[in-house]
Amino acid sequence: MQMTRGMRLPEAKAHVAEKLGVSPPDLSDPVIMNEVRETLGFGRITTFEISHPTQPVAIEAKFNIEEVLGVPVNSVRRFEARTRGCAQQNRRERTGGDAT
Amino acid sequence: MDSESRIPTRMGDGELVHMTRSEIRADLEAGTEAAARRAKVPPLTEDELDHLLDIYGSPARFTGVDIGTEVVLSYDGSGMKTIASRRQDLQIYEQWFGADTIELHHVDYSFKPVKAIVPFEAQEMHDVLLRVVAPVQYGAQPNLGLYSRPDGPVPNWAELLPLGQIAEARAAQEEAVPMAVKDMVYVCEAMHEAGADGVDFDTSAAAGDADFLATLLAVEEVRRRCPEMGIEVGMSGEFVLGMHGEVEYDGVRLAGLWPREQMKLAVRAGASIFGPVVNVKAGKSCAWNIARACTIVKPCARDATIPIHVNVGMGVGGVCMTKYPPVDAVSRASRACVDILKVDGL
Repeated sequence: MQMTRGMRLPEAKAHVAEKLGVSPPDLSDPVIMNEVRETLGFGRITTFEISHPTQPVAIEAKFNIEEVLGVPVNSVRRFEARTRGCAQQNRRERTGGDAT
Repeated sequence: MDSESRIPTRMGDGELVHMTRSEIRADLEAGTEAAARRAKVPPLTEDELDHLLDIYGSPARFTGVDIGTEVVLSYDGSGMKTIASRRQDLQIYEQWFGADTIELHHVDYSFKPVKAIVPFEAQEMHDVLLRVVAPVQYGAQPNLGLYSRPDGPVPNWAELLPLGQIAEARAAQEEAVPMAVKDMVYVCEAMHEAGADGVDFDTSAAAGDADFLATLLAVEEVRRRCPEMGIEVGMSGEFVLGMHGEVEYDGVRLAGLWPREQMKLAVRAGASIFGPVVNVKAGKSCAWNIARACTIVKPCARDATIPIHVNVGMGVGGVCMTKYPPVDAVSRASRACVDILKVDGL
């Protein structure tokens, strides 16, 4: 929220907390946020002992972040554009016509 | 006989000394008074000085902010290829250090050298973004000096000035500015196309007022071309050196600007985050330095309409000028900036 919207911290915390359904102080509580991140698919810290192989990570998690917080994530937009373009082209070549 | 106990604390050069509570308080008062005189800003209040005394009068190895008042930690120069590859180091910053934002950069940390290898850097940015959750910005220094001889094409104004060739020195800086702007915009646009969440113009104004002008003009153009991009302007010093003396941005002369006025111009240009800097005096205590830093930055933080991320690190923001800043000094300075200045990040 700071980078893309230039929000100062109290406003940014309030905005994010509302979107996540928590209170602003909860945002820095790792116990609460671990559950929130799991529920919303925001990505978490993984270690050998704590693995989440079916959970979204990295670019996958950023898709969920963009959706829930309602902020544009540049890498998500670029990922969509690059994969949609490739997928459509591939389908076109396989079907020999309009991929849609 | 001195009956006060002595508290371990640091000097600006990192030396661990022992001062009484009264001595620390005296340094805090001296630091804020020095800043108020120099920058022509109000000194800290008695309550603020009392709070700083609580922080710097503690013998604890580490201190922190109150639960619930945490701020964003943005990192310049993360992913240094220290332990592994750059992309792996950035993953380390996210996963192990808990960095809120991370920064891809090149070891030759200026826009001019990066310009020549932009496709490689953009590829790295593209690949990093697939592997991390934290926002990634690309960082580099405007570093106007690189456009002067022997590194660049224009005459070296740092050599012309001591010779009294003021007009020639000014002309050289004016010639360098559009070159720097063009390079910065080129790199930033490439990073945006690669998917970067933001860019960081680090150590802006390092070469003086013309350097700051180049930065502001680049920010303006990047904002125009990439409306949604995060743009952080991080400064290099507490006031803008008048190496040219007469350059202006939007009718405001840049030489001699302090953080509040620097921030206002950064906002006008289109920055989304501003990082003020206050340099450390190595011969003074960290307590003196943090009082001085908080005094100078306070008007900036109070009046800002964009997030303020104070530079707190080696030699700035009340932290000792040492290669490995001790955590006692870093944690005290960080907490002081958050508690007193209500900053949005560090």
